[in-house]
Amino acid sequence: MKKQYDIIVVGAGPAGSMAARYAAEKGVSVLMLEKDRDVGYPVRCGEAISKAGVEEFIPIDEKWIAATISRFGFVAPNGNEVFINFGDAGFVLERRLFDYALAQSAAEAGVEILTRAYVYGLIIEDDIVKGVKYEYRGEQHEVYAKVVIAADGVESRVGRWAGLKTHIDFRDMEAAVQVTAANIPIDQNTLYFYFGKDVAPNGYFWVFPKGNNKANIGLGVSGITGKKRSALSYLNDFMEKHYPNAPILTSIAGGVPCSITLDKISAPGIMLVGDAARQVNPLSGGGIASGMIGGSIAGTIAGDAIKNNNLTHILTYDKAWGDRLGKRHEIFNRIKNGIYNFSDEKFNLIAQSFLKVPEEKRGLGNLFVTALMNQPSLLVDVAKVFLVK
Amino acid sequence: MELRQAKTGKLMIEILPNKCDFCGCCVGVCPEDAIELKEAEIFIIDERCTNCSKCIWSCPIEVIVLNKNGLIKK
Ligand SMILES: Cc1cc2nc3c(=O)[nH]c(=O)nc-3n(C[C@H](O)[C@H](O)[C@H](O)COP(=O)(O)OP(=O)(O)OC[C@H]3O[C@@H](n4cnc5c(N)ncnc54)[C@H](O)[C@@H]3O)c2cc1C
Ligand code: SF4
Ligand code: SF4
Repeated sequence: MKKQYDIIVVGAGPAGSMAARYAAEKGVSVLMLEKDRDVGYPVRCGEAISKAGVEEFIPIDEKWIAATISRFGFVAPNGNEVFINFGDAGFVLERRLFDYALAQSAAEAGVEILTRAYVYGLIIEDDIVKGVKYEYRGEQHEVYAKVVIAADGVESRVGRWAGLKTHIDFRDMEAAVQVTAANIPIDQNTLYFYFGKDVAPNGYFWVFPKGNNKANIGLGVSGITGKKRSALSYLNDFMEKHYPNAPILTSIAGGVPCSITLDKISAPGIMLVGDAARQVNPLSGGGIASGMIGGSIAGTIAGDAIKNNNLTHILTYDKAWGDRLGKRHEIFNRIKNGIYNFSDEKFNLIAQSFLKVPEEKRGLGNLFVTALMNQPSLLVDVAKVFLVK
Repeated sequence: MELRQAKTGKLMIEILPNKCDFCGCCVGVCPEDAIELKEAEIFIIDERCTNCSKCIWSCPIEVIVLNKNGLIKK
């Protein structure tokens, strides 16, 4: 361990590992600090990801693939099921091993990694972030860096210490619970999404296969719902109704920040990536791939900034992220607000109309069209998704 | 007996002992950065808390509560 690194990354999730790796590939020194004792554990995630989302960053390895996804199933409030086939769309991961593999790829690029290292503050001099303070096995340490990359997940405290406004509106925080259960007899290549105000108000309830009839089963609820009823009580109702005797292998809580990206994700000496920057796709709640993308952009820019001895270059990160995904997320967020406010009757109607489309002709595109026929005002927002490049 | 007090003079937010899953939802929504969360340890930083209750609404498993008596024993 040195006293000074070019870059320090706080948090070893997918966003942190990719930020660290892409920076190290530029030939600069990188230290990644993680508070938990294991990278990748505990897993607070439904673990679904698109094939393209993985392939951009790491060659597919069966070791961390729990299920291969080729179909989506939507279950309307009245129980009607609509299926859409996709070919080889994506995976349900074994994230414990996946996150580990990502961190290992960072290590191979030269990143130093320390677990059980809890970052509790920043070193700030002349209003510029100069390093971090962390606790390791009961002792406090300080380490300097030219750039700190905050990849500290949903809590996003590191950015606050640098003066950025990172806390999220309680209405946009999807407070989630999930169980991984055995003996769930669903199709092992289909992601199931349930809709309806009794099942998952203002969002969806997921049942994702994990191979051998195991499944990740869970939901998130906004703080508005949370005022009245917790995610846990919805999950208990669902399990009682559908799988009362299923053995529960794990159960976890977690938070998904479903909003647009923060106004500012860089400042002198600091950059924010992944959940900490609020880079989750607000429509789907997926944040693994978008976090890796955010991380890779930040890592590349930080590496270049250091190599060219031009630290203000890191401030170009906000725009680079906006152009790649940030602007798109703004539109997804508006669509989210439209769709998740549909009444149960409207969901039932959409499913009913869509069931008339022959299965081989179904796609997410015409599902959207069907949804839009029921809510034409959303058309403008959807049109914009295709205009933003 | 030691008592804890919030910024407001009263501390009404209580995280039920041994029930937290350390998921971070409450930390993410707290406008005052008043919650400290380590690997498996959580507590409210009394001097910062304003009793706004946002953390309660965002806890997925109902382990944060309002303590109506206003003061919590340490
Ligand atoms: C229930 C649930 C289901 C989800 N399902 C999906 C899904 O199916 N598909 C999908 O794409 N996304 C899903 N998500 C979202 C996805 O899990 C996150 O977006 C993703 O993990 C974000 O990656 P990250 O690297 O930004 O943060 P994380 O993976 O959360 O990593 C942050 C890391 O920082 C560490 N850390 C935090 N503070 C400190 C500190 N002070 N010092 C040191 N280390 C620190 C943490 O321990 C953690 O390891 C789900 C989320 C939840 C909660
Ligand atoms: S009541 Fe408000 S200020 Fe206090 S800990 Fe909860 S969210 Fe933070
Ligand atoms: S939201 Fe609830 S379970 Fe999650 S860390 Fe806070 S108190 Fe613990």
